[in-house]
Amino acid sequence: MQMSVMQRKPRTGRGGKLNPDVQGKIGQQLRAMYDDVVKEGVPDRFTDLLRQLEEPKDKPLDANQSAQLDQRSDKERG
Amino acid sequence: MAPTRTVREELLAAVPSLRAFAISLCGNVDQADDLLQETLYRALANINSFQPGTNMSAWLFTILRNLFRSDYRKRRREVEDADGSYAESLKSYPEQEGKVEFEELRQALKKLPPDQREALILIGASGFSYEEAAKICDCAVGTIKSRVNRARTRIAELLSINSVEDFGPDHTTRAVVAGTRR
Repeated sequence: MQMSVMQRKPRTGRGGKLNPDVQGKIGQQLRAMYDDVVKEGVPDRFTDLLRQLEEPKDKPLDANQSAQLDQRSDKERG
Repeated sequence: MAPTRTVREELLAAVPSLRAFAISLCGNVDQADDLLQETLYRALANINSFQPGTNMSAWLFTILRNLFRSDYRKRRREVEDADGSYAESLKSYPEQEGKVEFEELRQALKKLPPDQREALILIGASGFSYEEAAKICDCAVGTIKSRVNRARTRIAELLSINSVEDFGPDHTTRAVVAGTRR
């Protein structure tokens, strides 16, 4: 993933009314708040969701195969 | 076609930051997770329109941002009613002190117009470049820059920050007290 995560240069100049120290502190707080969530990783809800949605499409052969197997075993049982 | 292994891994890798973006936008974890879920459904349904080798993260952020904005009017009512709901949802967290401090910032973020809020988060926290943020928000680079500047100034006003010392615990306490009185 190509993200310029580390390119956070302190900015002065335009909108320079804001004290750079204050601006830096706001940035720091914002990132701390954000990273706090990032650290939680991927909740199960979403790993499950991705897995669930992908499996049926992902392995059509397996699905067919297992369906055939099911039919076969049904016949055997019947 | 089903997503390939790599695409799926990229999706998963992008989720933590995407979720942080959603929570920062919504100011409410439950609402953010619903938004994220909708985003992932959309992404999977349209996975073929994603061009491998391009920025998966930026693609997902664009989807989430558009969903958030298209739903904004309805959402805004809920957010206004749900003041303090994030603090409520944090009761089970162990490190409460730090979280309360973030809560102050979250409340300030909520008061920003959505265009400023999204610009500030994308640039200030998600780590996108101005060019990437402009694409995500479908506007000019200069527009993103001025939104970020306005957002920073407004946040400083909202938090009544005049100097770095104002970030101390006294300030947090004051703001929390003021918040409950409102």
